[in-house]
Amino acid sequence: MKRSLSLLLALITLLFSLTALTACGKRDGVTVRYLNFKPEVAAKYEAIAKAYEKETGVRVVVETAAANTYEQTLLSKLPTRDAPTVFQINGPKSYSAYKDYLADLSATELYRHLADPSLALSKDGKVYGVPYVVEGYGIIYNKKIMDRYFALPGKATPYSDVSQIKSFDALSAVVWDMQKNKASLGIDGVFAATSLKSGEDWRWQTHLFNLPLTYEMEEKDVDMTAADYTDFTFKYSENFKKLFDLYLNNSTTARAALGTKTVADSMAEFALEKCAMVQNGSWAYAQIATESGNKVASEDVGFLPLYMGGAEESTQGICIGTENYYAINQKASAEEKAAAEAFLWWLYSSDTGKRFVREELGFIAPFDTFSENDIPNDPLAREVLRYMRADGVKNLPWRFAAIPSLRLKEDFGASLLAYAQGQKTFAAVVSDLKAAWQSESK
Amino acid sequence: MKAGTLKRYFGIFVLPTLLCFLLVFVIPFVMGIFLSFTEFSTIESATFVGLANYKLAFRAGDGFLRSLGFTSLLALAVVAAVNLVALALALLLTKRIRFTSLFRGVFFLPNLIGGIVLGYIWNLLLGGILSYFGLDITYFASLGFLGLLLLSVWQLSGYMMVIYIAALGAIPKETEQAALVDGATPFQLLRYVKLPQILPSIAVCVFLTLTNTFKMFDQNLALTQGAPGRKTEMLALHIFRTFYGRIGWQGVGQAKGVMFFIVVAVLSGLQLYFTRQRKEKI
Repeated sequence: MKRSLSLLLALITLLFSLTALTACGKRDGVTVRYLNFKPEVAAKYEAIAKAYEKETGVRVVVETAAANTYEQTLLSKLPTRDAPTVFQINGPKSYSAYKDYLADLSATELYRHLADPSLALSKDGKVYGVPYVVEGYGIIYNKKIMDRYFALPGKATPYSDVSQIKSFDALSAVVWDMQKNKASLGIDGVFAATSLKSGEDWRWQTHLFNLPLTYEMEEKDVDMTAADYTDFTFKYSENFKKLFDLYLNNSTTARAALGTKTVADSMAEFALEKCAMVQNGSWAYAQIATESGNKVASEDVGFLPLYMGGAEESTQGICIGTENYYAINQKASAEEKAAAEAFLWWLYSSDTGKRFVREELGFIAPFDTFSENDIPNDPLAREVLRYMRADGVKNLPWRFAAIPSLRLKEDFGASLLAYAQGQKTFAAVVSDLKAAWQSESK
Repeated sequence: MKAGTLKRYFGIFVLPTLLCFLLVFVIPFVMGIFLSFTEFSTIESATFVGLANYKLAFRAGDGFLRSLGFTSLLALAVVAAVNLVALALALLLTKRIRFTSLFRGVFFLPNLIGGIVLGYIWNLLLGGILSYFGLDITYFASLGFLGLLLLSVWQLSGYMMVIYIAALGAIPKETEQAALVDGATPFQLLRYVKLPQILPSIAVCVFLTLTNTFKMFDQNLALTQGAPGRKTEMLALHIFRTFYGRIGWQGVGQAKGVMFFIVVAVLSGLQLYFTRQRKEKI
């Protein structure tokens, strides 16, 4: 009795360890493994996968990385047998990290229907990343408050409409005067808090920084897809400082408290009309609309370009680009790759797929399969399209993918916070950034 | 059970565990050491680069040495503070006070809360107080240091207290009574009678706090995130960020991880050595 009991126990132990080993190795038929990097849209992708399986019978497994852990998840999943067949990369920098896993997409339907092929990531004639959404950012303003200002009898500027603000000088004059009249405008400050809490500072260390970086790279004629930009000089640091100072000086929030502010705080201030402007992108409309007590009507939001005294201010547009590219796993089998291509093509060309893209994901998709009627119904997305189609407007691309590392951005953000708090001079911010740029490239 | 039976079943019972241990610990560990000498993005794509990663880790401005310094300083402060507080609590709670067991439980409780939760709780508490002065925990690095110290004392003291209570309870009553008969003052009683007899426990507690502080990660992440400007970034967080925050630096992160292991292993070795030595003397 005792003997058989212990044998049984031993068998159970063995069984446990065996199932643990084999559980990960089971697979049947061709499936598409889609690694999603935004937890907030996980449910939407699950719904898409279900719809696709219903229409075509091909299984799509959606896996979602937890917030801010996408790169970790991707790095640890790629060498496994359950590696994703479709994943996202965010720009030329990704090439060096994942080059062994990037399949050539130049023959895919998705790439062929890209409205502007130059948006794709390519190297030596091979396409390894196809963008699937374009986004734009600038200064989001509340038209109602702006009009209230323009109607003020005692205003000190000659402007009477937002569309007349076409340079940094104009923006600065209006902003300072608005700040002076903040009580009669019913706001705490013109700009929402310059959120500089660590992890919440990307609007400055990445997005605002994109402009001086773009000016510099365009002047030197550096290619958009170049992965390494090593001779960074921060030539336009003064322009960056101009606009950044304008944010700090005309804010809802005292400088000392900026280290505690998050992006959500800033967006809430905008939604509750405690401020008239906030720098952010088209993705932020959901945050405004869903804030409880939101007072901002959808027809009152618009974008202003990020004026900082650059060369061509009269034609300057907003920053439009993408850091979302589809990549297909080179190491997947031929059938899996074909299945992945078919799935992506379905999503951006079939009626069902396009409806998901338009209504659920709210993407401005850069493919010629999307007509005028396929635009998402969100005012900031429409603003992006307005800027894209406006004549004589030069929108700026997203060049920040050339920034060497996340750590450099974090350090730059911390530097900006110290500067805002008065613990660091701007000259030191500039020299630290330049030094870090060199050392991050090893 | 006969020795023969034991031997017969040894394989069946131990093999699965041994296999798991090999698979999830020994093999990754050896691979990890190997990877620290290579440049890689995923484990399939490693190319050998010799000691280059170790050199990069020590390069000026990298922050590895600063993190090591910050961690060591904090560890020293935590060891002193935690053990003093824990010992004081233990002395109090071995006296005949009402509700002793309730107090013991309350002081032990923080130890059961996860580090992330604890970090956020203290972040809120300290942030609430500091906002009166227009500051926050990441305003000065020294505030972050004090915050981490406070958090560690709050979390670890209860645990160490339990060890000290056990040690104090194990002291033979005769020695105390003999000292009292001889007219020892309370301080003399503590210094010459109690402390010498709980020395092994002190060694255990000192090293436990030391290794715990060196390995601290989640509390650091939740309380300060290393801000301002990585000045309060402890070793574990620093390594994590080297690995995941810098494309192409995974090898360097791995090298730092290996060095981190060596530091903690040396500390644990010292602990073993000292506790064993005490036992042999007794």
